[in-house]
Amino acid sequence: MSSPATALTAGGLIAAAVATVAVGAYGVRLSRTTSDFLVASRTVGARWNAAAISGEYLSAASFLGVAGLIAKYGADALWYPVGFTAGYLGLLLFVSAPLRRSGAYTVPDFAEFRLGSTRVRTVAMLVVVTVCIFYLIPQYQGAGIALKALLGVPVWIGPLAVGGIVIANVVGGGMRSITFVQAFQYWLKLTAVAVPALVLLMHFTNEHPQLGGPLPPTVDQQTVVTVETDVVVTVADPTGVTVGGHALESPGQYTLPEGTTLTLASGAQTPVVTGAPASGEAWIQSGGGLGGNHPLYQVFSIMVATFLGAMGLPHVLVRFYTNPDGRAARRTALTVILLLSVFYLFPVLLGVFARLYVPQLLVTGKADAAVLLLPSAAIAGLPGDLIGALVAAGAIAAFLATSSGLLVSIAGALSTDVLRGRVSDFRLVALIAGLVPIPLTLVAPVLDLSRGVGLAFAVAASTLCPLLVLGIWWRGLTAAGAIAGLVVGAFTSGVAILVAVTGWVDDDVLGGWLTTLIGYPAAVTVPLAFATMILVSRLTRDDLPPDVARTFARMHVPERLGMGLERLPRG
Amino acid sequence: MTKPGRPQRERVVLAHRRGSRVVHTRVEVQEQTEVGDALVRGLVRAQLGLALRLAVVVAGGMVALPLINAVFPELSAATVFGVRLNWLTLGLLIYPALYGVGRLFIRLADQAERDFMGVVDDESPP
Repeated sequence: MSSPATALTAGGLIAAAVATVAVGAYGVRLSRTTSDFLVASRTVGARWNAAAISGEYLSAASFLGVAGLIAKYGADALWYPVGFTAGYLGLLLFVSAPLRRSGAYTVPDFAEFRLGSTRVRTVAMLVVVTVCIFYLIPQYQGAGIALKALLGVPVWIGPLAVGGIVIANVVGGGMRSITFVQAFQYWLKLTAVAVPALVLLMHFTNEHPQLGGPLPPTVDQQTVVTVETDVVVTVADPTGVTVGGHALESPGQYTLPEGTTLTLASGAQTPVVTGAPASGEAWIQSGGGLGGNHPLYQVFSIMVATFLGAMGLPHVLVRFYTNPDGRAARRTALTVILLLSVFYLFPVLLGVFARLYVPQLLVTGKADAAVLLLPSAAIAGLPGDLIGALVAAGAIAAFLATSSGLLVSIAGALSTDVLRGRVSDFRLVALIAGLVPIPLTLVAPVLDLSRGVGLAFAVAASTLCPLLVLGIWWRGLTAAGAIAGLVVGAFTSGVAILVAVTGWVDDDVLGGWLTTLIGYPAAVTVPLAFATMILVSRLTRDDLPPDVARTFARMHVPERLGMGLERLPRG
Repeated sequence: MTKPGRPQRERVVLAHRRGSRVVHTRVEVQEQTEVGDALVRGLVRAQLGLALRLAVVVAGGMVALPLINAVFPELSAATVFGVRLNWLTLGLLIYPALYGVGRLFIRLADQAERDFMGVVDDESPP
């Protein structure tokens, strides 16, 4: 990348970061009480809250990851954005209004309100922290990848920079302050993804290149790709493909070790990482899955994880507590569906264009950088560089917004449950919890961003989702049942993820079923968690909380009846 | 408690005293009497039934899409305005459908709450 372009990009990044801190600082002046810090004193209207939720929710996985997956895997990757949106319909139907009416201020607080047990509260708190850290790691990793792709700095700079800004904002103003920040970031991200998508769409309709042909995508100028981790690629046509100075002679699979340089002559067909569809024909069809065997199971498991996972994301749930009442909470969820629907049109387009204009990313399979590299690759000169800078600003906004939300959730849960819930406790926990994932980010293996976030969704869907859904709708839930379900769900999905990211299991065991199951665990672990909660609750039905009728009335009866009660931490 | 034999004496009041009735039902819900609890149970059942019905419709539609594609691949290969049907459905059309279901739910859930408050506050004419 040329130096004026780098300067523009750096300018975009800094502008987004400065705007974030400035909007946050505006909110800091309004933050005084613990209630301000935890739930913005429950005064956020449906529109502001929906923009803030969308801003917080559209993480690196949505901004960068969705386009990358679509470029790589094609039609079946469309299920990720659909699932990320449909999750809010589930949240609207089953959770939003009763959760708000419960008057709780964090998810663990809801567990104690509903089941009257401090042990449930502690277990729920641990699960919240686990889900948040699982979710925070891909965000920080995404920041590392993005800054490396844009500015060429080492990978550890990204997590450090994003971590630093986020900690400063959250420590400064808590929930009250980040409401403004996140609402602002939704509109920034929408602009940053819509402008390049629409410009490229015009470009595309003028040229109308073929997408679904029988061949892999071709590069239109000589391109050099450096392999950073070992990768196996499929070469359909070796013409013009040179690996480390030697021209390839025959089509087939090649293992490229770390450090290999691959040169593609102009017009050469791009080798594609093995497992992803190579030809345009295979890419444009549904049913190919996302690498590996059993594509239909993969799609169903993604559906389960994303539809139910949004109901269990602590940083999203905590925003529903900031609404003034249950009806506003419902309207917030509906507006979020609208805002997400508008947003996700564009990453899909960008994914398609990425396959056309930057196909060299398919060689290494690291397609997450596609959105960042696309504008300057497809549009020549200053306009391309300007759009590139805008996209960079949107990407940094994505990391900042989601990470802030996650940090508020961790800090809210830990400061009120472990410490005494004072503002100073909140700040201390936010500082520690923001720093801890940074080293984890650097040791954890890097997955595709949407995959990584999808796995965090699977944990959320297997733990907090059954707790909330059964807690809200089934009087028979007991404290022992809830604890058993949370432990089983967290353990099974957590172990599956650890095994999946470390890659201990051979791909061919049991016809590929084992790798598919641990790579996409939700379709198994979610029913398992629900079943455990119900079964153990039935076995311990003598221990039903005594005032469950009053609890149910409070959650479901409209506020006008005057039964509501706002819970507040002890401190 | 009650022994067989003579029924307990009851006092019959003929006039319908509207004012006290309002307070009564409200208090019954708030104090969790049997009547109040039954009213709350009815509301919870109505809301859960509504949410489940809509969820089944949406989930059924979603599950059907990949199955239809697996059975009739030529259907998703059809193009409308130059865009393949599988991309058009999942990339565009599914979103307004989700929003529409959400709107419908809010309308019906609000209605159920109004009905509940109507019973509790006894707004219906005697």
